[in-house]
Amino acid sequence: MDLLEQLADTFFNWEEMAKVIPALLAVGLPNTLILAVASGIFGSLLGLLLAMMGISRNAGARWVARIYTDIFRGLPAILVILVIGIGLSPIAREITGSRNPYPLGILALTLIAAAYIGEIFRSGIQSVEKGQLEASRALGFSYGSSMRLVVVPQGIRRVLPALVNQFISLLKDSSLVFMLGLAASDREIFRIGNDAMANTGNLSPLVAAGILYLILTVPLTHFVNFIDNRLRTGRPEKKEPDEAAAPIGKGAQA
Amino acid sequence: MTEFSSGTLTGKNLHLSFGQNHVLRGIDLHVEKGTTASVIGPSGSGKSTLLRVMNRLIEPDQGDILLDGRSVLKDNPDELRQRIGMVFQQFNLFPHKTVADNVSLALRKLRKLPKDQARAQALEQLDLVGLKHKADVRPANLSGGQQQRVAIARALAMKPEVMFFDEATSALDPELVKGVLALMTDLAKGGMTMVVVTHEMGFSRNVSDTVTFMDAGVVVESGPPEQIFTAPGTDRLKGFLSDVL
Repeated sequence: MDLLEQLADTFFNWEEMAKVIPALLAVGLPNTLILAVASGIFGSLLGLLLAMMGISRNAGARWVARIYTDIFRGLPAILVILVIGIGLSPIAREITGSRNPYPLGILALTLIAAAYIGEIFRSGIQSVEKGQLEASRALGFSYGSSMRLVVVPQGIRRVLPALVNQFISLLKDSSLVFMLGLAASDREIFRIGNDAMANTGNLSPLVAAGILYLILTVPLTHFVNFIDNRLRTGRPEKKEPDEAAAPIGKGAQA
Repeated sequence: MTEFSSGTLTGKNLHLSFGQNHVLRGIDLHVEKGTTASVIGPSGSGKSTLLRVMNRLIEPDQGDILLDGRSVLKDNPDELRQRIGMVFQQFNLFPHKTVADNVSLALRKLRKLPKDQARAQALEQLDLVGLKHKADVRPANLSGGQQQRVAIARALAMKPEVMFFDEATSALDPELVKGVLALMTDLAKGGMTMVVVTHEMGFSRNVSDTVTFMDAGVVVESGPPEQIFTAPGTDRLKGFLSDVL
C-alpha cells in the first residue's frame, strides 16, 4: 500500500500539479503554440516551394528539392535544432541584436517541417489527374496559373489529414527547443514541466505538461479522422438522372 | 444557338515524335470557317494527339498551324488556346469549384471580367446547354452527360473561334450520349468551326462536312462523308469501317 501511495504521489501529486498549472497555461501554452504555428506556417510555405520544385521540369530544381528533403527528413530533429540554434546564433545576434535562441528554434522547426510538408504537398499535387492541368491549359491558363487555380488547391485538399498530422508532430517536436536554453518567459510546455520537476523532485508537473499536450493533440487526431472521412465520402448529395431527352435549351430546365 | 465568330483552322505537315515513337507523320487538316471536320480512325492512330498539337498543348516537331490563314506557332500558346475551346473524353471539370465557377473561371481570370458579369455570362452559357439550374452544385453531383455539357459550356464561354472535341461521348453511358451529340449538332449547325475526334460514326456521317480517316499517324483518306462512308478508296478505311459499323 505504501508503494502504491508513493507511486501516486510521484505521478499525481495534485499540489505540485496545481502549482505548475498557471505557468503551463500562461507561459508554456502560448509559447508551444507560437513555436508550432509559426513553424507550421513557414514550413508550409517553404514546403509548397519544395513541392513545386520537386515536380518542376527543371532537373536542377528537382535535385535541390530532393537533396534538401533527404537531409532534413534524414536527421534527428534534436540534432537540427542544436546545430541551427547554436551554429547560427552569432549571425542571429548580429541581425536581431539579441541572444534569444527562440527565433532560431522556429527556424530549425520550420526547416524540418518543410521537408515533410514538401513531400506531403508533392504527393497531393501529383495525385491530381493529369486531365485537370490539361483542361486548365486548354482554357488558356499558363502553367503557373493552372497550378495555382486548379491543381494545387485540389492537391492540398487531398492531403489535409496528413498536414494536420504534421502539425501534431510539430506541437510535440517544439518541446525540443528547450535544448537551446530559453529565457523564463520563452519556455514552452515541456520545459516548464521539466523545470518544476527538477525543482521539486516530483514527476507530477511533467505529468501535467503531458496532459496539456494530450489536450492539444487528441482533438486534432480526431479532427484528422473527421476530415479524412469527409474527404473520402464527399458530400452525400444524390446524383440526378440526366435529362437526356431534352438536352438543349429551355426544354431541359423543367 | 448564338452566332459564333468562327475561324478557319489549318494544320500543315504536322510531325510529332515521343522518343522513337513517331506519332504524327505529316498530317494535313483543313477546317473551313463554320464547318465541322470529324477525325476517325482506330485507337492509337494519333487522333487525340493531333488535337493537342493543333492547340499547342503539345508543340509539334515540324509543320505549321494557321488560324484564319496566319501562322500561330510564334504566338503565345496560352493566347492561342483561349481562341480554341476543347472538350475532353473525361470531361475534366474542376471538382473543387461549382458548375458556375467552372464556367466563369477563365472569364474572370483571363478575360478579367468582374465577378457578377462573369457569373451572368456563365449562367447564359449554362442556359444554352440546359443546365442553368445546376449552377451552384459541384460537378460530382451531375451525371456524365450533364458534366460533359457543362464542359462544353465552359469552353464556349471563352467565345472560341474553333472547338475541339476529343471523343467527347466515349466515356458516357449509352443513354447519355444522345444529349451531348444533339448539343454538338446544334453547335455545328450554328456555324461553329469544329474538329471532332469521334467513334460515333452516325455523327461523323450526318453532321460533319468533312471526314478525315487517320491510321498510324498519317491521314489515309479524307473527303465529304458520303464519299468516305459509301465509297472508301483504301483497304485500310474499308477494313476500319467494316469493324466499326
